[in-house]
Amino acid sequence: MNAADHPKPRRNVELVLLLLALLISIGAQVLVGLALDDELTTPYWVEGSILAALALGFHVVLRIRAKYADPFILPIVVTLNGLGIAMIHRLDFTAAFDGVADRQLMWTGVSMVAAVVLLWWLKDHRKLRQLTYISLAASIVLLLLPIVPGLGQDMYGAQVWVSIGAMSFQPGEIAKITLAIFFAGFLANNRDLILLAGRKIGPMTFPRARDLAPLFIAWLVALGVLIIQNDLGNALMFFGLFVAVIYVATSRISWIAIGGAFIALGAVLAYQMVPHARQRFEIWFNAFDDEIYNREFGGSHQLVQGIFGLAHGGLTGTGLGNGNPSMVALANSDMIIAAFGEELGFIGLGAMLLLFLMLFSRYMRAAIGTRDHFGKLLATGLAVVLVLQVFVVVGGITRVIPMTGLATPFLAAGGSALLANWLIVALVLLISHNARRPIVVGPMVNTSGEGATGIEDPLRGSDTGQHAPAESRAETREHFLGGER
Amino acid sequence: MSELAITVLQFGLLLLLWILILSIIAAQGRDMMVSKRSRTRDRRNDKPAPAPHDSGTPATVHQTGQAPRPRPRRLVVSEGPLVGTEVELGSAPIMLGRAQECTVVLEDDYASGKHARLFPQGSRWFLEDLGSTNGTWLGDEQLTRASTVEPGDRIRIGKTVLELRT
Repeated sequence: MNAADHPKPRRNVELVLLLLALLISIGAQVLVGLALDDELTTPYWVEGSILAALALGFHVVLRIRAKYADPFILPIVVTLNGLGIAMIHRLDFTAAFDGVADRQLMWTGVSMVAAVVLLWWLKDHRKLRQLTYISLAASIVLLLLPIVPGLGQDMYGAQVWVSIGAMSFQPGEIAKITLAIFFAGFLANNRDLILLAGRKIGPMTFPRARDLAPLFIAWLVALGVLIIQNDLGNALMFFGLFVAVIYVATSRISWIAIGGAFIALGAVLAYQMVPHARQRFEIWFNAFDDEIYNREFGGSHQLVQGIFGLAHGGLTGTGLGNGNPSMVALANSDMIIAAFGEELGFIGLGAMLLLFLMLFSRYMRAAIGTRDHFGKLLATGLAVVLVLQVFVVVGGITRVIPMTGLATPFLAAGGSALLANWLIVALVLLISHNARRPIVVGPMVNTSGEGATGIEDPLRGSDTGQHAPAESRAETREHFLGGER
Repeated sequence: MSELAITVLQFGLLLLLWILILSIIAAQGRDMMVSKRSRTRDRRNDKPAPAPHDSGTPATVHQTGQAPRPRPRRLVVSEGPLVGTEVELGSAPIMLGRAQECTVVLEDDYASGKHARLFPQGSRWFLEDLGSTNGTWLGDEQLTRASTVEPGDRIRIGKTVLELRT
């Protein structure tokens, strides 16, 4: 093993990329100001410095606490979040919105601080494995909260909000994380049962029903609640999460087949029974139909205007501040992708989609790199949550699939989604830190203490790994092996 | 500010976005490459064994060719506090560690509670480290992922050495 094989912290790479990300975010803000305000007033610089301080603070925490964490995740996320704030700010200049950008910046701050606290306090993602069933309970509570009378609030036809005083919150966003923890923990514990016991039908092996019962209960509760709340986007996302994680855990292609069949069945059932869903299908099939376009409620006006916006943007876009993205309803949350497509054009929107793809691949890289099964499944689950959100939103706006309301990660206005996505970032950074951290090859550590419970502190002994230069560590290893023979 | 200058700046923003993307790709380098040794190895068994690699070939890859492999039947402790202990191998996975619920309870101060796991897939047994404090060694290599174990390979956990026997 030579020195080049040793993982490097690569925090300096992160710093350079982060500065570039901040240049883009603040540059976009400044462009909005130049195009729409007469002059750049102090608030622009204050907002820019707040974002920069938050991002650089996060970077410093990573240097101290998770030195070997993936260096690409933070710059990508800061770019997306900053562009989101700039676009929301730009839309604040239209008649439809006011002051949303400040709220989004505030939520960005809250979310990043929450992510830092999680990173600092959790230290090791494997502790979450003990919370497998607690997080199942938490998910169910979080999903049920919005239908509790008095607490829940109905908005835009979906009952997913909880309001306490002036604050409103979407607990379902946090349930994404807790459900991913439950699926990962459950499958990490019971993989063998699901893999080995089962009946073979043709080329595929189907697992026994009783091994999967808890999983199906979780899935049914999640879907049932979401259907009651009319939240079809999240229902699709939870189901996709479930299928993807179980496929990765068992590497059985039959799961993809079963999942596909269930999605088809679910779509047909939803079309037949849920009027809300049928409406979405109608809009999808006949978006340009005059009668549907002009309908007062549940028409395709929003979707078609979004497509016109994308077309208006063309290849290079109209430039920030020069388009008319506010023609689309909810332009700063559900339809923010259409606003970006109009003002940054295909080149800009393509770059943003590529950033999402790279973020997904970094999440998956953390999953591949980590040694423990729970971490692999958790990172995969969180990656799938990210990519499905993007797919459902962008697919809906471009008419690839029926439109459902989901928040575009990091871009759309909305505090709960932002918080959830930043917490996911913290978790993945922890997992990737564990994956890339050099394996300690020093003298062995006596595990008699805490080890007896079956739970070790994996960070113990990391001092030897971090401070010893690569050569001396290799020597220790040679010596150690030699002594053993 | 003139309209031309603003237009130039707008294009500059798009350019910066792509510069960011390209620098991330450049900085990633070969990080996204999944090396040959980390591919799941069971697929290789169906094909004729590829030519042996250079000295970098991990000890865990065995070029046994097409000859039918004898199936391991026993797990034997060959060094350490429990020397001589034998466990029959069935079709169920085996958990190794100091915790009482393990299949093989190792009385070794340097082993973790749930240290490693041996599991069958096809006609082979795989060894997987469960995030132990001191790591699991197969031959001279420290395990970083599940690897095949052949009869005679030294599995070292703490001060204990185990072997599969046919």
